[in-house]
Amino acid sequence: MTKEEADNGRDDMVIDVPGQANAVPDGFNANYLRIYYGKLFPHADMFKWMSYGNDGKHPGCDKSYFGRREFSFTLENDIYIRFQSFNSVTELENSIKEKCPFKIDIGPVYSVDPAKRHAYAQSGDNVFTPVERELVFDIDISDYDDVRYCCTGADVCLECWPLMTIAIKVIDTSLRDDFGFNHILWVYSGRRGVHCWVCDGKARRLTNEQRAAIADYFHVYKGNENSQKKISLPGLVLHPFLARSYTEVLKGFFEAKLLPNQNLLASEERYEKILEMIPDASVASELRRRWQENKRASMSKDDINIVRWEQLKSILQSGKQKMQGLRRCVEEIVFSYTYPRLDMEVSRHMNHLLKAPFCVHPKTGRVCVPIDPNNCDEFDPTTVPTLSQLLEELNRGGLRQDAENEWDRTSLGESVAFFRTSFLQPLLKSCKEEIENSYNAKLQQSKNDLSW
Amino acid sequence: MEVFQSHRKSSSNNVIVSILPFYRSAPPLEVRLEDFEFFAMDRLRVLKGISDGLCRGKKPEEMEKLVVDLWKANMRHPQAVEEVNKDIISHFVLRLVYCRTEELRKWFLSMETTLFRHRFRLESSEAQRALMSEFKLPYKAVSNAEFESVKDKLGQVARSMGQNLAAADAIFYKVPFEEVPDLVSGRRVFIHKGHAYVAMNQVVSLVVTQFRSYISKALILTNRKWTSTIREQEKDRLTPIVEALCTSYLGPDYSQPQEFGEISIKDIDQVAKTSFPLCMRHLFEKVKEDHHLKHGGRMQLGLFLKGVGLKLDDALAFWKAEFAPKVSAERFDKEYAYNIRHNYGREGKRTDYTPYSCQKIISVTPGIGDHHGCPYRHFSEENLRAALVRMGVSSRAVEDVMDKVHNRHYQLACTLTFEAVHGSSCDAGINHPNQYFIDSQRVLQSKNGSVA
Repeated sequence: MTKEEADNGRDDMVIDVPGQANAVPDGFNANYLRIYYGKLFPHADMFKWMSYGNDGKHPGCDKSYFGRREFSFTLENDIYIRFQSFNSVTELENSIKEKCPFKIDIGPVYSVDPAKRHAYAQSGDNVFTPVERELVFDIDISDYDDVRYCCTGADVCLECWPLMTIAIKVIDTSLRDDFGFNHILWVYSGRRGVHCWVCDGKARRLTNEQRAAIADYFHVYKGNENSQKKISLPGLVLHPFLARSYTEVLKGFFEAKLLPNQNLLASEERYEKILEMIPDASVASELRRRWQENKRASMSKDDINIVRWEQLKSILQSGKQKMQGLRRCVEEIVFSYTYPRLDMEVSRHMNHLLKAPFCVHPKTGRVCVPIDPNNCDEFDPTTVPTLSQLLEELNRGGLRQDAENEWDRTSLGESVAFFRTSFLQPLLKSCKEEIENSYNAKLQQSKNDLSW
Repeated sequence: MEVFQSHRKSSSNNVIVSILPFYRSAPPLEVRLEDFEFFAMDRLRVLKGISDGLCRGKKPEEMEKLVVDLWKANMRHPQAVEEVNKDIISHFVLRLVYCRTEELRKWFLSMETTLFRHRFRLESSEAQRALMSEFKLPYKAVSNAEFESVKDKLGQVARSMGQNLAAADAIFYKVPFEEVPDLVSGRRVFIHKGHAYVAMNQVVSLVVTQFRSYISKALILTNRKWTSTIREQEKDRLTPIVEALCTSYLGPDYSQPQEFGEISIKDIDQVAKTSFPLCMRHLFEKVKEDHHLKHGGRMQLGLFLKGVGLKLDDALAFWKAEFAPKVSAERFDKEYAYNIRHNYGREGKRTDYTPYSCQKIISVTPGIGDHHGCPYRHFSEENLRAALVRMGVSSRAVEDVMDKVHNRHYQLACTLTFEAVHGSSCDAGINHPNQYFIDSQRVLQSKNGSVA
């Protein structure tokens, strides 16, 4: 069903479809969204998250905190409104229900309420400037088009989605083990990628320079179609972060999954791309010659890709190779196919707006649900609940007295429950502790100041 | 004089003065007006030399030598005390000159920090330790027990950089990773649970970050003092000198198009072939080929065209027409027109954006699907050669250009290209794409008697 059809006088289409009382045709439109925002979107949870414990219950709370956060809405006719801010959950909820945005973005927390920004200068003393913002990452599978042959562009399938899974594993492990962050939320972007929100206080207070440093730490894949060598791993050994990523995630995935599934060495066109990465032309020629001669995996029953990969490894890693550039060649190949390709710009600046979790993607109708990094192998983007599916589930449930927690009746319930128990509750506990500690420290300090 | 000095009291109670000041406070000396100007200009030569070095992508060892040479050539004085005086006075004068806009502050901060970094590295390790304690960095050396537990990883990091873990008495400092962004950025430290293990020889980074932060704040304060009192007080004496020092130095900014350089949409194709530098030619070709450009490319090319003299209406028409096969007129008006108008200072905070200089363009790293940045830096050898040949550069000249590229003299490579294409020399060297364009037009005009 197209948008136009849906809009033609079908206000209460939840009941209207003839034949199937509960069936809701696929689609994405204002009417569906209105019901979604009315019954399913977790306004209160989003509010609690964005308040970071500043609910006014403790004297140390900053009551202005939530009101200084920027939201932006993309409305139905591509109208885009920035600098939306709210002072309470009710204001947030009412505005969303009323405006019915097709997309909600979350921006930084500013020094003052964005609604009052015009009263403040651009520079100097009283400035309107971001003061806190989660550390965020955006990974998009269309940036991997040169290494996946099953899909291109906006398409995604179970063959290539694992590239996202391993990206999550690599980055998540590093954020926790290396940087010491704890409150990390991974979210499906609704179509072809994932977003990451790092919400620790330390993360929210990072400067642009520090964010850029973290982004650069993760920046290993460099280049585009104009440059040749996209991964360069000089040095005798890999940095512990790269070594761990390689041995714990990338090597296994490349050899067991990507190589055979994408047939990376099965045809000339594809294996040339890999041979191009070998700096020693004689080694490359030797392999080329071998593979041209054996167009089929002759005696072995094993997958031709795996056989050829073993041949490649044994030549490159044999003790005979003296050439400097060959030392890390095998790793470089694996990295260039599998290492996470982050959008650097998203992470570098505090004022970058990022889509809110639990939005619905207009092109797919899928909800941007959280992904459990400890179970990301199980995540299947093709079975993420869609808007129409959720409305159908609501219909099936029938009318209920209790208007709270409608999501429990639907597939969304699982996602909201996960969001609460694995992310929100631990986060809020930690925030409360932080507020208390900081408050007590200030009290102590003012006592010290007064003491003669 | 309130010079901050680092002392080492030896047994004979001779105080050895370190010549690395921190510029904590303005010297209460009387300075002759000529010295005011001359000292500043000498220091400016040092800073400009550093800027040029960075532009050419010089390696740290090369930069160190450059700094030594520049300092010797411009700032040396036979008497140590006089040298320190000149150092401090010139720094404070330039603070006045460079405090006045965000862009100036950024440039000055960057150059002074680089200067400080290299001078600090050249100090003895005792002097370095003394300087560190003066900055009151509260970081403790890592205990022996902890060192043993992470020794392996520390060794890995060192070897990944082509070094060896120093002898058993190597001192490491444990600091929050936020304090050493450039070490994190380059993966030159082991980080664990948010702490970076910094080697003694990397301590430079710690100190430089403090220095940078201090100077950054000082510049803002200086600006405030300048605008509120100094500029008016000194309007007959220092102010004209300060203002002259700044504008005469940075050269034209190309934000206002030159008189004769107005072009209209029908001229662009022709003029692109004859007078665009390679970076802009590439972007121009790509937009014609793909009917799209990502944000970085749109900014780089769009601002360049503005500097060349393309009026806003023509710019809108140009981009709209080029994008037409992929983007409907309606969608263009919604998604792209705003940004173009923004570049011309017609939206938002109405900044009239300046076309990017070579320095800025070279420093950018294009990502996946991007075509901006400097092709001399980012293109593979094969692609670059092909592009040069397409520009009409003779094979002999291509070799000269590639030689410059291999030595990472990207702007010199572009200059040689200019000379090869136009058959005339370019003594000033290329520093800005719009300069390339103007010089090209000038050459062609003098040849044909008309703008090509």
